Amino acid sequence: MIGYLIRRLLYSIPILIGVCFLTFVLFYMTASPTEIARRNLSAKNPTAQQIKDWEHQHGYDKPKWQQFVDTTEGLFLLRLGRSDSVKGERVMTRIKESWFPSFEIALLSFTAAITINLSLALVVAYFRGTYLDIYGTSLCVFMMSVTYLVYIIGGQFVFGRLLKLTPVAGFLPGWESLRFAFLPVVVAVISGMGASVRQFRTFMLDEMNQDYVRTARAKGVSEAQVLFKHVLKNAAIPVLTTSVQAIPGLFLGSILLESFFNIPGLGNYLVDAINSQDFAVVRAMVFIGALVTIFGYILTDISYALVDKRVRLE
Amino acid sequence: MNPPLLEVNSLRTYFNTPAGLSRAVDGVSFALLPGETMAIVGESGSGKSITALSIMQLVPEPAGFIESGTIQFNGKDLLDLTWEQMRSIRGRQISMIFQEPMTSLNPVFTIGFQIREAMLTHGKYRGDAATARAHSLLERVGMNSPDKVLRQYPHELSGGMRQRVMIAIALANEPQLLLADEPTTALDVTIQAQILTLLRDLQRDTGMSMLLITHDLGIVSQVADKVAVMYAGQIVEQAPTRDLLSNPHHPYTQGLIASLPSRSRRGNALFTLEGVVPPPTRWPGGCRFHDRCSKRMEICNTQMPSTTSQGEYRSVRCHLYPSAEAVTSQEPTR
Repeated sequence: MIGYLIRRLLYSIPILIGVCFLTFVLFYMTASPTEIARRNLSAKNPTAQQIKDWEHQHGYDKPKWQQFVDTTEGLFLLRLGRSDSVKGERVMTRIKESWFPSFEIALLSFTAAITINLSLALVVAYFRGTYLDIYGTSLCVFMMSVTYLVYIIGGQFVFGRLLKLTPVAGFLPGWESLRFAFLPVVVAVISGMGASVRQFRTFMLDEMNQDYVRTARAKGVSEAQVLFKHVLKNAAIPVLTTSVQAIPGLFLGSILLESFFNIPGLGNYLVDAINSQDFAVVRAMVFIGALVTIFGYILTDISYALVDKRVRLE
Repeated sequence: MNPPLLEVNSLRTYFNTPAGLSRAVDGVSFALLPGETMAIVGESGSGKSITALSIMQLVPEPAGFIESGTIQFNGKDLLDLTWEQMRSIRGRQISMIFQEPMTSLNPVFTIGFQIREAMLTHGKYRGDAATARAHSLLERVGMNSPDKVLRQYPHELSGGMRQRVMIAIALANEPQLLLADEPTTALDVTIQAQILTLLRDLQRDTGMSMLLITHDLGIVSQVADKVAVMYAGQIVEQAPTRDLLSNPHHPYTQGLIASLPSRSRRGNALFTLEGVVPPPTRWPGGCRFHDRCSKRMEICNTQMPSTTSQGEYRSVRCHLYPSAEAVTSQEPTR
């Protein structure tokens, strides 16, 4: 187990270097430091000298390989550096400010989605083959087919405008934040519901047809126990895999959701950085995203081994 | 004579399939006395496993359903019971073991949990008593270190050991009837003999009745008191084991016995029964065996033979054997 973890962490080093390299190459394919310099100095109609100074100040005048080594080394040591923008604030400071709104919304929608989707999937699986199952599954397909934007705008219109139950957009710190988080969480849960319920239902039904279910029934175990004990524990394994995809989202937030609801989270920070070609911020955020994703997968593997005793981490 | 423990009468279990109505079990009748072991023998697709599942009422739903018939157990018709009433009989009075020991145990629960669950469900044994009994059951079915096995997961055991665990689960509540659905088919030959001997010994020790489903006529003589031969959803011949093996009546039974390797026919090529069981959606008209039968007559193509008794303990479904009235007149009345 310990050996496995060490090996996985070592494997993640080349992955992270690869991520940094790709970000670096992609960045230079779309923008040059001169353009960035112009953008950030534009108000003063910069001279060639000013641009040179700016490039020097931000390290863009060094040879490309030197830049890559320097920035990558900084990221690995979690020295995220300063933004390329005029203010030049520390990236770490901004992350510390904006991780909480993202985390709050992601954590709430993650737990709500898992609980609701799993319960609904259990219900339709229990009533498999009945009209409830057929209509439920059809509704799932319908919900899957509607685009995310409809849920966002529709939710804002109905809850924010018509019913005036929640603010349309924005965010405030503290307990007040729950009022602002409500609508994004509902939209996140509803938009993912169709696909998840259908997928979880399939996981359940796959397990329902297994021989051990027949054995449990032959022992006289009740249907509820068969479903909630025998089937659920086995179906938890594929449910875990699909759910772990949400873990990076817990930190980076849903980019679309945050920009539409104007939530000052990490997703919004990343979108702003991309729009203003703030390479220092983009590379830091991409690196952290990769780090969190790798961490999430390691976490899944550990939870596999906890649920399914056939899995051994070696 | 004791009243039978289990009496199945004209059982019909059908399935709705895309190919049409599948009459998997089509009019099966037999009786099993307390303490008796009966074997149901037949090829794949003859309906023998579905017969056993029908008794448990675990026929795969919603495709499968019991069309008609009665299943009297201790004088009560199991088909009249609600699901909850039937649940209290499953695993307590009637237990079942299956063909696939590799997949029949739940992979994510320990052996101890799964044996204890069988007892806790019915409340006959609780707490420490259940644990102690799980331990002694594992010992009884021949597991070497029961303490260790109780804490193990199914994947840590071999196929033969898993089947022993299944037997331990089945015996947990001292059932009156054990349904064994091809319990040795998936196992190595040496293990097969061990499991069969174990089942026979357990049946003798506990005095339960046993219904052994098998496609292997060779193993029934070791275990069974009587044998029912199934073909195409029907029982074609029923007889005490010794009589059936030494003097088979139905041409199908004769074919099955002739295809067994035997010392007396050493050196000769083994007999092969040509053809396969027809699909249960399209049983042939007349006698269902007629197109594979070596003694086919004109009447076999058109008219289905009825079951006639040949002595008190024997019956056969074949036009070669005279009608029931004719036979009963030859037999002395008791």
